Amino acid sequence: MGDNKKIGELYLINGPVVKVRKATGFMMHEVVKVGDSKLTGEVIGLEGDNATIQVYEETSGLKPGEPVEGTDRLLSVTLGPGLIGKVFDGIQRPLDALRVKSGDFLQRGIVAPPLDLDKKWDVEVEIKEGEEVKEGQVIATVKETPLVEHRIMVPPGISGRAERVKASGKYTIDTTLMYVANEDRKHKIRLYQTWPVRVPRPYKEHLMPDEPLITGQRVIDTFFPISKGGTAGIPGGFGTGKTITQHQLAKWADAHIIVYIGCGERGNEMTEVLEEFPELVDPRSGRPLMERTILIANTSNMPVSAREASIYTGITIAEYFRDMGYNVALMADSTSRWAEALREISGRLEEMPAEEGFPPYLSSRIAEFYERAGKVKCLGPEDKIGSISVIGAVSPPGGDFSEPVTTHTKRFVRCFWALDKSLANARHYPSISWLDSYSEYNTELEGWYAENVNAEFSKLRARAMSLLSEDDNLQQIIKLVGEDVLPDDQKLIVRVAGIIKIGYLQQSAFSDVDSFCEVKKQFEMLRLILMFYNRSSALISKGVAISELLNGDILNTLMRMKENIPNDRLEQFKEIEKELKNFFDSLDKKYENIKEAS
Amino acid sequence: MPLKEYIGLSRINGPLIFIENVKNVGYNEVVEVSYRGQTKLGQVVQISDEFAVIQVFQGTEGLAVDTTRVKFLGKPLEVKVSDEILGRTFNGIGQPIDGGPEIISGTYRDINGLPMNPSSRMYPRNFIQTGISAIDGLMTLIRGQKLPIFSGNGLPHDRLAVQITKQAKLKGEKAGNFAIVFSAMGIKHDDAQFILSNFEESGAIENVVTFLNLADDPTIERIATPRVALTAAEYLAFERDMHVLVIMTDMTNYCEALRELSTFRGEVPSRKGYPGYLYSDLASIYERAGMIRDREGSVTQIPILSMPNDDITHPIPDLTGYITEGQVVLDRALHRKGVYPPIGILASLSRLMKDGIGEGYTRKDHPHLSSQLFAAYSRVQEVRALASIIGEEELTDIDRRYLRFGEAFEREFISQGFDEDRSIEETLDLGWKLLSYLPSSELTRVSEAELKEHYKEIKR
Ligand SMILES: Nc1ncnc2c1ncn2[C@@H]1O[C@H](COP(=O)(O)OP(=O)(O)OP(=O)(O)O)[C@@H](O)[C@H]1O
Ligand SMILES: [Mg+2]
Repeated sequence: MGDNKKIGELYLINGPVVKVRKATGFMMHEVVKVGDSKLTGEVIGLEGDNATIQVYEETSGLKPGEPVEGTDRLLSVTLGPGLIGKVFDGIQRPLDALRVKSGDFLQRGIVAPPLDLDKKWDVEVEIKEGEEVKEGQVIATVKETPLVEHRIMVPPGISGRAERVKASGKYTIDTTLMYVANEDRKHKIRLYQTWPVRVPRPYKEHLMPDEPLITGQRVIDTFFPISKGGTAGIPGGFGTGKTITQHQLAKWADAHIIVYIGCGERGNEMTEVLEEFPELVDPRSGRPLMERTILIANTSNMPVSAREASIYTGITIAEYFRDMGYNVALMADSTSRWAEALREISGRLEEMPAEEGFPPYLSSRIAEFYERAGKVKCLGPEDKIGSISVIGAVSPPGGDFSEPVTTHTKRFVRCFWALDKSLANARHYPSISWLDSYSEYNTELEGWYAENVNAEFSKLRARAMSLLSEDDNLQQIIKLVGEDVLPDDQKLIVRVAGIIKIGYLQQSAFSDVDSFCEVKKQFEMLRLILMFYNRSSALISKGVAISELLNGDILNTLMRMKENIPNDRLEQFKEIEKELKNFFDSLDKKYENIKEAS
Repeated sequence: MPLKEYIGLSRINGPLIFIENVKNVGYNEVVEVSYRGQTKLGQVVQISDEFAVIQVFQGTEGLAVDTTRVKFLGKPLEVKVSDEILGRTFNGIGQPIDGGPEIISGTYRDINGLPMNPSSRMYPRNFIQTGISAIDGLMTLIRGQKLPIFSGNGLPHDRLAVQITKQAKLKGEKAGNFAIVFSAMGIKHDDAQFILSNFEESGAIENVVTFLNLADDPTIERIATPRVALTAAEYLAFERDMHVLVIMTDMTNYCEALRELSTFRGEVPSRKGYPGYLYSDLASIYERAGMIRDREGSVTQIPILSMPNDDITHPIPDLTGYITEGQVVLDRALHRKGVYPPIGILASLSRLMKDGIGEGYTRKDHPHLSSQLFAAYSRVQEVRALASIIGEEELTDIDRRYLRFGEAFEREFISQGFDEDRSIEETLDLGWKLLSYLPSSELTRVSEAELKEHYKEIKR
């Protein structure tokens, strides 16, 4: 396109949606500058010479007749060194830079480059003059933080001969590192590239997930694991623990990069991350967690259309790091607010609504979003493997899971961590229901657990799960007639399920010791609890009264081991095991002479 | 620039008026609508080059199509703020109604405010002692928090709000630079009077700013009231360094006004006829609570709403709960039992409490103690349900002890007098005393060290 600017004329303003006349040459999803105050907007509809635009800022004061200017650029993100540790709004404006420009409240019409243009990075160039390079190939590296090596790649779609290659040195991000020449032209390769957010970044091939994303949360890792490259939905009414779970994953998941999207939620929750993550230390590397984290904050009081964009901005950034060969975990809190933004815009466009006022394309949008997750072989000759795990919170109105966003999400995710209001009310945290949740990755990950934790792991998990579900049946009876009428073997199930619920499933996010639990510790805990069950069960079948088994300190020990044994002192489980064995050995001895009843 | 004035409307529909062929008018601009000597304020809610749609805050009663004059003021709805507003009473759009003078000095502020930059926020951590055990012990209020009261018709939410306001103080600090902004939306005269006279009694009246839109005041005006009040609160907090407590009641009336307007605008309704943007709209109010880095003041919000039919899943409490940082839920069953304040412990929550309690804030044992009290009281509910089926005699010994704990907990811990102001230490000690009804083996949420220090078992 030429240099002559495309300028249309506003003729209608209805909240975040405005309409433009004489919009000749505007492209779908082009970024435009709206009105005299140059608010950022995006073209979302074209009809003849008229364009419909969603504006990413408050539209108060806009008047019919004001100009709307095209930029010839699709809504895109800037990808390069300087992303990590930053907090951006939904259209990648850096919030700290906006603070410098406009103070503590977000003024309108302010722009700031997404990445720092002045900072000089230590660039290690890895390509020689004249070398053939391919799309996706790593041509230089920058140690962006002590935790992350930022790999500068040839952008997708470009391959050829490297020319005028700069030597390693200190450069700002808009330095041209080299040119890549091919038949069409010479492409400038800078330290950054841009990418339109609504277009998934390409990769070579999709791979099957075979490794869990370890979260340190027992109920997840043990019972409902998510794989690296997997998808999970966390639905739950207000105050059931979606955000805390997402924060826990952002803190403890064994990913290289975390992209956390606060989409239409609270400002303080972003502040919490901003204040806490620089202080918190990654248990694996010993480095502050902020050194691997990128935040997108489009809180509930910020413009609703930028909320819609924030999801795409976040996932595109995630894809960029995936393309370097990293495991990325992306949290979106909450996808319901994003869906509601779609609904609001759709309503203003007077589109025909489907269920509950949501547009008919809701389900395909949700599908497209989760489809951008996955484990892939990345572009480039190195055959890097990268992954994006996507964990989306869902906020169903009235906590009712039959509403559209929850039901559609359920179709497209493979882990469903259902938060249960009654567990939350009883302060059983995390209030992930062990009965309603599921993970479709269990079988695929069995091998990994057998190899990396213990060959028995899956068996123990299955055993514990079956105790919990037997307990659920027994609870129905107890509710009607009380526990006393149950025979001892069933009472034992109820008691052991109680230990599993309190001593294993409950895990306080705020505990110093237990906030994060190593998988090996998870295994040891489960093993001891089930050992208690098996040996008790043997005694009970001999006719030993259950009161004999529940009397000792041993129950207390089992309930408290999560808090008493830190991740780096797993040898202490040996002592508990000894205590358990002694306890049962002496009981066995006492009842040696009783024959097996029945 | 000369103000643009037009004579004659093309249509009136409920609170909306339509004018054709207006020029140079901005979205959200304020207008003055006058007819036969009365003047009302309105706001442009949709504008195109052919027509403008205006919502009239004081209602369209008494307007006629042909000779009504509409003056476009070329600016958004604003309110004048300065120290002079302290002690004054205004109507729902910020005009003085106490017979006092106009606000003379000061600056005009757009009532919609601007969104706080998330990276400017400071995470709230300062514990506010309300002197109410249920709140301080179990759902601690933090300075800069938004913590609504979910109530129902006939429940004592006003008393509770008044008691909190009178007793609220930072631990170890004098009341000091403290102000109350009271925003009434569609409540009855008596209720407003009760609240205001109590503020007066407590001597806090110099530092109260009141915005009144009562039950018989124009409905649409209510849409502006909380925004006007919060504009005043933000000014006092972030420019005058005050700690401002904003009481907004009743948010349900606010939401109903919004629904009415939305219906007249012909928008596609979402649940129960409320507009699809109710969440965002409420967020634009509630998110105006908080603290800012490098500034002294704070805005703490206690919105009050009545749950239609006591239904917590109704869109108004539901969406509020999704935005606020917890909720204090009043419980009709407790109220019937004569418990004041009838705070339903299990449905209530303070999300900011975790970072504002414990060592250095309240007391070291507070986090575990509160978690244990919640867990135990939740067990009480199960045991009560069981007892109602099989009878108390059939319960196990432990279960019977839970029942005793439950009764004592409601009678001694939750209940307290309207004038009773308990310190946090008293509250926590009381919690331990009650836990002593239970055997230590049940108390798995507190540490063994804490048991040793605070727990003395009561048998029988
Ligand atoms: N794992 C946990 N450990 C301890 N407390 C928890 C845990 N999960 C949730 N909570 C408690 O529950 C409260 C609410 O959790 P959270 O803010 O995550 O809810 P939410 O589902 O995100 O709600 P909303 O939809 O309103 O944002 C927290 O403030 C905390 O007190
Ligand atoms: Mg949340």
